Order: sequence, then structure tokens, then C-alpha cells
Amino acid sequence: MADLRSEFVGIKSPNPFWLASAPPTDKEYNVRRAFEAGWGGVVWKTLGIDPAVVNVNGPRYGAIYGADRRLLGLNNIELITDRPLAVNLQEIKSVKRDYPDRAMVVSLMVPCEEEPWKYILPLVEETGADGVELNFGCPHGMSERGMGAAVGQVPEYIEMVTRWVKASTRMPVIVKLTPNIADIRKPAEAAMRGGADAVSLINTINSITSVDLDLFAPEPTIDGKGAHGGYCGPAVKPIALNMVAEIARDPELSHMPISGIGGVTTWRDAAEFMALGAGNVQVCTAVMTYGFKIVQEMISGLSEYLDEKAMTSVDQLVRRAVPNVTDWNQLNLNYVAKAKINEDLCISCGRCYAACEDTSHQAIAMSEDRVFSVIDDECVACNLCVNVCPVEDCITMEAMTPGTVDPRTGKVVEQEYANWTTHPNNPAAAAAE
Amino acid sequence: MESRNFARLRPIGGQLRMKFHSFEIILPVDKKIIPWERYSQQQVTAGVCSMSQKVFEPGIAAGRLEAEAYAVQFSDLHPPLDQHEALVAADRCYFCYDAPCITACPTDIDIPLFIRQIATGTPDAAAKTILSQNILGGMCARVCPTEQLCEQACVREAAEGKPVKIGELQRFATDHLQEQGKHPFERADSTGKRVAVVGAGPAGLSCAHRLAMLGHDVVVHDARPKPGGLNEYGIATYKTPNGFAQAEVDWLMQIGGITLQTGSALGAQMTIEDLKADFDAVFLGMGLGGVNALGAEGEDKTGVLDAVDFISDLRQAEDVAQVPIGRDVVVIGGGMTAIDAAVQAKLLGALNVTLVYRRGRDRMNASVFEQDLASSKGVRIVNHAVPVAVHGNGAVREIEFEYVDGEMNGTGQMLRLAADQVFKAIGQTLQGDALPALEGRKIKVDSTGRTSVDGIWAGGDCASGGDDLTVTAVAEGRDAAMDIHMALVG
Ligand SMILES: Cc1cc2nc3c(=O)[nH]c(=O)nc-3n(C[C@H](O)[C@H](O)[C@H](O)COP(=O)(O)OP(=O)(O)OC[C@H]3O[C@@H](n4cnc5c(N)ncnc54)[C@H](O)[C@@H]3O)c2cc1C
Ligand SMILES: Cc1cc2nc3c(=O)[nH]c(=O)nc-3n(C[C@H](O)[C@H](O)[C@H](O)COP(=O)(O)O)c2cc1C
Ligand code: SF4
Ligand code: SF4
Ligand code: SF4
Repeated sequence: MADLRSEFVGIKSPNPFWLASAPPTDKEYNVRRAFEAGWGGVVWKTLGIDPAVVNVNGPRYGAIYGADRRLLGLNNIELITDRPLAVNLQEIKSVKRDYPDRAMVVSLMVPCEEEPWKYILPLVEETGADGVELNFGCPHGMSERGMGAAVGQVPEYIEMVTRWVKASTRMPVIVKLTPNIADIRKPAEAAMRGGADAVSLINTINSITSVDLDLFAPEPTIDGKGAHGGYCGPAVKPIALNMVAEIARDPELSHMPISGIGGVTTWRDAAEFMALGAGNVQVCTAVMTYGFKIVQEMISGLSEYLDEKAMTSVDQLVRRAVPNVTDWNQLNLNYVAKAKINEDLCISCGRCYAACEDTSHQAIAMSEDRVFSVIDDECVACNLCVNVCPVEDCITMEAMTPGTVDPRTGKVVEQEYANWTTHPNNPAAAAAE
Repeated sequence: MESRNFARLRPIGGQLRMKFHSFEIILPVDKKIIPWERYSQQQVTAGVCSMSQKVFEPGIAAGRLEAEAYAVQFSDLHPPLDQHEALVAADRCYFCYDAPCITACPTDIDIPLFIRQIATGTPDAAAKTILSQNILGGMCARVCPTEQLCEQACVREAAEGKPVKIGELQRFATDHLQEQGKHPFERADSTGKRVAVVGAGPAGLSCAHRLAMLGHDVVVHDARPKPGGLNEYGIATYKTPNGFAQAEVDWLMQIGGITLQTGSALGAQMTIEDLKADFDAVFLGMGLGGVNALGAEGEDKTGVLDAVDFISDLRQAEDVAQVPIGRDVVVIGGGMTAIDAAVQAKLLGALNVTLVYRRGRDRMNASVFEQDLASSKGVRIVNHAVPVAVHGNGAVREIEFEYVDGEMNGTGQMLRLAADQVFKAIGQTLQGDALPALEGRKIKVDSTGRTSVDGIWAGGDCASGGDDLTVTAVAEGRDAAMDIHMALVG
């Protein structure tokens, strides 16, 4: 069995699955049960300076759904912990004492001045916590008060606060980034300059999930009004994966440890984040949807996968896909594929036909008796049919063998790699000649 | 806030995990145990505990079951989907291109569209999509053999052997609209044309509604005291309980422009010539009024009845407990009527019900679903046997069959079944004189319902072609109406 033990910025945990700072980690009762269920670590729900914030007393969440009302995206307008600092600190201490092998990181958000940081850090250190995470990401409520994303959107502030924190504590410091910016590398670089030990990303994305068409107000609706919230869950995973990869493949940032967050729901999601450069992952929405028990599947799934791939530890997975993340202009334009429909698996729903016929390349033929087949002369291998087919692996993309002729273009498929930078249609390429 | 210690933590994921040194055991918690009251209630529904002493009483008797059992026995075969079930079921539809389910529906309902309308929270729009193709969409949702029609063609039948619940979703949408009493169509300005419709069954009603909607004035004649045709007098009680058939007719009539004359029979109160003289067009939708004879010796003994009459009496009964039923019942036939008679005999408390059909199971007109339903209710199905004699002294006591081979040749092997009651369900026939030309035993029509006589159309069970289903009758009535409209104003 592969060894799932993980070490992230010196913090050890029995597996790389942590709970993200959020309601699941907002109190001792939850965190104890999470540890009992098998979670490797937690980032405690963000602490602030007393008096504690207050939350709305109406709905905090909104959601979007896939088939069978499967929750795909969650939006929240919750603030940081609304419980007194002392209560949280005492609970952190008590849980850490009972679970010394689990990672206990404490998320913090205090006003953007040095004194509050100097005040809170020793208190956290005293609990025996393993590290701190700086919440520069919360996009609602706290940001209106000059904290959270209001800091995370200004690289200079990130650098400044990180420096203060590093100066006031011996604990490892993880800077949690907001995705509500144009280029994720800028805040990551700022964190690095400030001396951060790692970055974690993403926090939630500004969002309105839906509008109540009777009240004409965004949801969740509080007494007829709604405010934007933070979006998370499976729907944000592609955005988070890209941001993780952007940092991981940046030469300046490539050594910066990353804790991957955003839509992690299964072991597979976790493995994908790790392959793109995350040293571990944090989970929030998935446990809020299914409960703590999902970690059992994540543990068994990841170990089975590592065994299959003959990897003996999680470190061997981390960054495995990073070298293959590139820019569009580096993609091989001589690679030619064609869609292929497996008639035995096909259930004749015609979705591929509707997609290709109505909106793409008219490359799927439909016979009288509903047999669907790809017309190689027209297929550009766009993959849309694969994406809309309800049967997994029913349509596959088959690479053409070099030397054969692509019936669409009439050209021989070349063996050599050639990308846009040298393509004759590229004005820049022509100028370079 | 309170801090709790581990001992008081609630179980994780419904399980209690306990550690013992190096290993861990998982204890299930809250294991569901069905309470006895509910368990025993389920047994009543399955027909196990519903016996009273009268079950064993020989002869024909009413009230064989405990009084409270009847309501359970004759309740809705498929209880309606609730909102949640409908959304889950609707989610499974793939919104297929040129969907095969539409092709399989005799009335061409746009199934993916109406299911999408349900899924997006607009069931009334869904109902309108259904009803614009099939004005009796509510009844069809209850009685269509969907396993042979739309649901057989559904791609999810191919994919997982579990089709989208098209019929039940159709019912969900149409009930939603009809329960509010809303009629979604408006009658066009009057054309001044008058059309006579004979028969207020599915074919006649569908034709009348479409014609009325197009602005024609329609008079519907029906020989029976109530409209609805077999919807009212034939379809099994458990498929359309709670007076649905009449409610649907009342709802349909809201279109206006339709005059209904019950107790008015062609051949008695009027002739075809009268109708031709008084109206601009005539539609015949009188179904099949006659019943085929067995051709077995002793067929006239008491206790030998037409299945359709038994079924109709049952449908019309104020109180099903008052409908008498034999202890030993034999039904002869292999179609929907035979199955319905057999199942309902069993539901009324008959001790032994045997359905005897002259050919193999695969040749039975009743769908596999219907056959299985009968078996599940305890009906015994005997194949490859033909009746030769009904024995008894005035009243039937026994019925004798001979086994036949695949070519219907006698084998000399005999079977005798005890019987206090025999129901004949070997097919209905067209009745009436001076009708347009026939094809086989039905009125010959072309694809638009035109008969050999100019100005006379026909559809439903009385017309050639078609499957003798409610839904085909609706389709034919509708299509004939469109053709009549073209002929009158086109
Ligand atoms: C017992 C039984 C169960 C069935 N179950 C199903 C089922 O589950 N699903 C399904 O799809 N189909 C079922 N069918 C078939 C279905 O009921 C018929 O195909 C359908 O009703 C045919 O419609 P129709 O309008 O042509 O005729 P009918 O429904 O027979 O209506 C004909 C109407 O014409 C009237 N009429 C007859 N003669 C005259 C006259 N001379 N003058 C005036 N009026 C006249 C009758 O009173 C009747 O109201 C069943 C049939 C039977 C007998
Ligand atoms: C209700 C809710 C409250 C949250 N509160 C915090 C918080 O206090 N501090 C923080 O850093 N992130 C907070 N988050 C963000 C999560 O930690 C996480 O970054 C985000 O939800 C993305 O991960 P996911 O897709 O697994 O949910 C919160 C998220 C939710 C849904
Ligand atoms: S890959 Fe694109 S072009 Fe080719 S068949 Fe599929 S949808 Fe059409
Ligand atoms: S989408 Fe898939 S299952 Fe549907 S017709 Fe196309 S290949 Fe067949
Ligand atoms: S065939 Fe089935 S899945 Fe496809 S549109 Fe019809 S009901 Fe939906």
C-alpha cells in the first residue's frame, strides 16, 4: 500500500486531505468528528479580533444543481467565525492535544495594521497549532471592511502583512489567495516576497447564484435583498486547477508549496490538484454536501491509484503533470485525431448528432434506423460529441497514424512536431523568416 | 460554546466507529426496522391477509373480502408521482435528437420538450405540449401500454433497461393542469359548419374536440348513458379510479361548441342518411359493440358471461364490494380484456382465477407487463388450450378444454377446470348496418380516416388499421378532424 503520509511546509499529517477553513472547522465538535472520520488535518475557521463578527440570521447559501439535484456550486455570504476568540483558542488547544498526529492550522483575518497581528499570533502559538493561514480571500462582507479579498487584491498589502506575520511568529505561514484577480501569479509573488512558506488557493469567487423571480432579488435573499457571495464546489474546480498550474509552472514561483483548494470532491480531484503542483488539498463544499465520511473514499482511492501507478508516496505524484502544462502556441498542429463512435455502446440518443450538426462541423451521419457514425471527411476532432454523449467512452478520439492521409484536408499526417510559432499562416512566423 | 468530549460525538455517516488497539470496527446505527403495523399493511396490499371466510364459499357471491380491503385492492395501479419524484424522473431524460420516443408515440407527443418543461418547473406548459397532440393525454398517461410504445423506444431502456417514466410524467403534467380546471385551448371563430360524431369514446371525443377548436359545431351521439366509451365502461378500475374518465370528458367539453347527446344510437334514434342530410360531415367512432361467441357446447349456461359486461358492471358499480364474483373463475382470451377481467376477478376475492388462451404467451395481445401483473395478482395463465364444452346443470360447474399444438390442431389431451363463472374475452366485433365498405371486419379507411362514402370519416376501434388502443383511437380521431376541416374550409 502506498504511503499517504504527507508533509506540507514541515507540518505532518497522516494523509494529504485537510479540511478548508469554513463551517466544518468552526468548532471543536466538528473537528473532533472530522478527525475521527479520518481527515489528515484542518485549517480552523478564520479567527478575528473580538468583538466577534455577526452573521445574517437568514439564508447564507445559494446553490446550483446538476441532474438529480446534485449540488454543483455553492455560494455563501458567511463571515469569519462569529464565536469569541477565547472560545476558539481554547477548543483548538484541546483538540490539538488529543490529536497530535493531525495537522492543525489556524486561519486568521485581522485589520490591516501590524498591532492586531502582533496581538493574535502569540495567542495562536500558545494553542500548539502547527501553522497559520492568512485569509486574504474572503470576497464578501469582510472585504467591505478592508480585510480578506480587499487585501488579497492588492499585492503590496499581501507582501506587507505577510512580512509582519513572519516577523511575529515561528509558525509556518500559508497565504490563502483570492481568485478574484486577473493574474494569480501577482499575489503569489507578493506572498513569496513577504516570506510566506506556502500559498493556498483558491478562496471563493464573487458570485450571484440565482435570482428569485417572484421577489426580483438575488438568492440567498435576506428580507428582500441579496448581496454577492463566494462561489465554491465542483463548479469552481477548473478555475482553481488553472490557477494552481499557473503558479506551479511559473519559473519564479515553482518552488513555492501550494495547498490546492476549490471543488475537491473525490480522490480523483485531489490527485489532479496534486499532479498540477499542489502538495496537499483542502476540502470544504464536498464535506458540507456529503459529510465527513467521504474521506474514506479519498483515502482508499488515492492509495489504490498510487499503487496502480507504482508510486510509493504522495510526493511522487506532486507536480507530475506540471511539465505538460504549456501555452497554446506550443501545441502540436501536426497531430490529427478523429472522433470514433462505438456502435455497441451507443444508445442512439442523437445528442452527438444535434451538437455536431447544429453547432459544429456536420461530421456525424444519422441513418434511417438511428445508427450514428462519424464522417472523417468533416470531423475536425473538436471533442464536442464526446462531451455531450451520455455514455462514457462511447465516443473516443483516435489519433491518426503519421503517414496516412487526413480525408478532411487531403494532407498527409506529418510525423514531426510543428506548432503555431512556425506555421505559415502566422504573420509573426513569416516575419521571423 | 460548549465543548463536547468524544464519547458523546454523534456517529459519522450513519456508522459508529470504535477503535480497539490496532483495529477498528464499524457498527451500523439506526438500522431500519419496519414496524409491524406497516409490515402487516403491506401484506394486505399484496393480497395475503385480505381473506374473509367468504373466500371459500362456492358459487357466485359478493363481499368475499373484508370491507376495508376493497379500497386497497382497487386503488391506483401507479400512484401519481409527487413533485420530487417527477423532478427526479424528468432529470433522466436526455432530450434526444429526433427522439425515438416521439416516433413510438401514436399521437407524436413531443416527449423531450414536455419533460424539459417539467424539469424547469413549468408543468402546465408541459401539459399543453401533451394535450396539443393528444387531448386525452391524461387518460393515455394512465392506460397506454408504455412498455410497448414510448418507453420501449426510450434510449434509456437501451442504456440501462430502465426507461424514463414517460407515462407517469405525462400524468404528472396533465393532472397538474386539469386539477386546476384549466383548459388551455380556445375555440376559433365559428365556421358555421356542422359535424356529427357517432360515439363518445376516445376516437369520437378527440375528433370532436379538434373540430370544435377549429370553429366547427359538433354534435356527438352516444348510445350509452354516459360519454367516454371504453374509458368509462372498459378500462380496468385500478388504472383510472376516482371518476377520472368523467372528469376528463367534462374538462374536454370546456372548449365549447360540442353538444353531447347520450342515449342516442345510430341505427335506432337515427340513420347514417339522417346524419348525412343534417350535417356537413360525419365521423364514425363507435368502437366494437359486439362480442365474439366461443363456439363451445353449453355456452348458454348461466355464469358464462362476456368479460366486457363484467368489466363494465364493475366500473359502474357504486360499491365494488357488491359486485358478485365466483369462487372459481375461468377467463378465456389473451388480450387486454382477458387480463383485466382475470385480474379484477382476483381483486374481488375469487379464490382461483385461470386465464386460458389458445396460443402461446408470445402470441398474447396483452403486453408482458400486463401478463406479469396478472401473475403477480395470482392469476394462473394456461396456454395452448381451446374450450370445447361447458358442463353443469343449468349453471356452469366445469369447463373443458382441449390442448392444441402451434397450428391449432387438437391433441386429444383434455383439461377440466372447476368454474362458477366463465368470462369470454375472445374479441369484440363491429356492429351496425348500412355502414361504409368494410375491410375485414372493420370500416375501411385511408390514412386520414376517409371511408368509402364521401363525407363520412371513421376512426378508432371500428376502423381498419390501428392497434385497438386508446391512444391510436385518439390519434385517428384527431387526424380525421384535421382532414374534415380541410375538406370543409380548405
Ligand atoms: C376491457 C378493455 C380494457 C382495455 N384496456 C386498455 C388499456 O389499458 N389501454 C389501452 O390503450 N387500450 C385499452 N383498451 C382498448 C381501448 O379501450 C380502445 O381501443 C378504445 O377505447 C377505442 O376507442 P373508440 O373511441 O374507438 O371506441 P370505444 O371506446 O369503444 O367508444 C365507442 C363509443 O361509441 C358508442 N357507440 C357504439 N355504437 C354506437 C351507436 N350505434 N350509436 C351511437 N354510439 C355508439 C359506445 O357507446 C362508445 O361510447 C381496452 C379495451 C377493453 C375492452
Ligand atoms: C460557508 C463557507 C464559509 C467559508 N468561510 C471561510 C473562512 O472563514 N475562511 C476562509 O479562508 N475560507 C472560507 N471559505 C472558503 C473555503 O475555505 C474554500 O476556500 C472554498 O470553499 C473553496 O473550496 P471548496 O470548493 O472545497 O468549497 C468558506 C467557504 C464556505 C462555503
Ligand atoms: S469531434 Fe467535433 S467535428 Fe468531429 S464529429 Fe465530434 S463534434 Fe463533430
Ligand atoms: S451521443 Fe453517444 S449514445 Fe448518443 S447517439 Fe451519439 S454516440 Fe450514441
Ligand atoms: S428517448 Fe427517453 S431519454 Fe430520449 S427524449 Fe425520449 S424520454 Fe427522453
